[in-house]
Amino acid sequence: MIYMKTLIITFLTIICSLELVTAQSQIEQIEMATGLRSSGKIWVVVLVVLTLIIGIFLYLFSIDRKIKKLENHK
Amino acid sequence: MYSMMRKSWWKVLGAVMVCSSVVAGFMGPVPVLPILNETIRNIYFHVPMWFSMITLYLISVIFSIKYLNSGERNHDIMAVEAVNVGILFCFLGLLTGMQWANITWGDPWPNDPKLNGSAIATLMYLAYLVLRNALEEEQKRAKISAVYNIFAFPIMIVLLYILPKLTDSLHPGSGGNSTFSDLDMDNNMRPVFYTAVIGWILTGIWICTLRYRLRLVENNRNKLD
Repeated sequence: MIYMKTLIITFLTIICSLELVTAQSQIEQIEMATGLRSSGKIWVVVLVVLTLIIGIFLYLFSIDRKIKKLENHK
Repeated sequence: MYSMMRKSWWKVLGAVMVCSSVVAGFMGPVPVLPILNETIRNIYFHVPMWFSMITLYLISVIFSIKYLNSGERNHDIMAVEAVNVGILFCFLGLLTGMQWANITWGDPWPNDPKLNGSAIATLMYLAYLVLRNALEEEQKRAKISAVYNIFAFPIMIVLLYILPKLTDSLHPGSGGNSTFSDLDMDNNMRPVFYTAVIGWILTGIWICTLRYRLRLVENNRNKLD
C-alpha cells in the first residue's frame, strides 16, 4: 500500500515537473531582443535616439535664452 | 509664477528625466510577454504623451477659469498656448498609438471606443482653436473660448477615461481590460515609467511657457509701437 502511494506521488511529481518544463520552454519561445542586446549594437540605437532628444532640448534651451534676451531688452 | 517660468532648474530636470528614461527604456529589464514582445517598451514613450496632454489641458482650463474671474488678458494667452502645445502632444500620442496598434492589434485604427473617444476629443480641442480664430473682438473671443474650454475639459475626460471603461475595448485600462500597471508592469518598469511621465510633462509645460513668454513680448512690442 505504501509502495503504491509513493508510486502515485512520484508519478504526479514527474507530470507536474514536465508541465513546468513545457511552460518554461513556452516562455522562452517568446522572442525578445536579448540576442540583439548581447551583440551590443542596440546601444547604437540608444545613442542615436539620445542624440536626437538632447539636440531638441539644446534647441529649446537656445530658444529660452533668446526669449530671455527679448524680455530683458524692453 | 512668472519668475518660476524663467528659472531653469526644472527644465534641466525635465530634460535629464526624459533622457534617462530613453536609456533605461531601451535597456532596462521588461517582462516577457507574448504578442507585445519588446513593444512593451512603448509604454515609456506613448503613454507620457497623453499624460502631458492632460496636464496641459488642465492648465488651460485652470487659466480659463482664472480669466473669467479676473478678465486679465495674460490668463487667456496662457489658456490658448497650453491648448496649442497639448494638441501637439495629442497628435504625437495618436501617431505613436497607431504605430503600436498596427503591430500588436494588426490594425492602426480598429473601431475601438478608446481610439474613437480620443479622436472626438482631438476634434473638440481643434474646434476650440477654430472658434478663437472665428471671433474678431478680443474680449468676446477670450470670454466665449474660456467658457467653451471649461465645457470641453470634462467631456474630454469622459471620452478618454470613463466611456471606454464601460464598454469593450482593446486598449489596456478600458472595458474590463486590466491596465498595464495591474498586470504587466512589474516593479522594474515602474520607476522608468514615472520618470518618463514627469520628464515629458515638464517638457510640455516648458514649451507652453516659451510660447506664452513670446506672446507677452510680442504684446509689449505692439503696445510700444
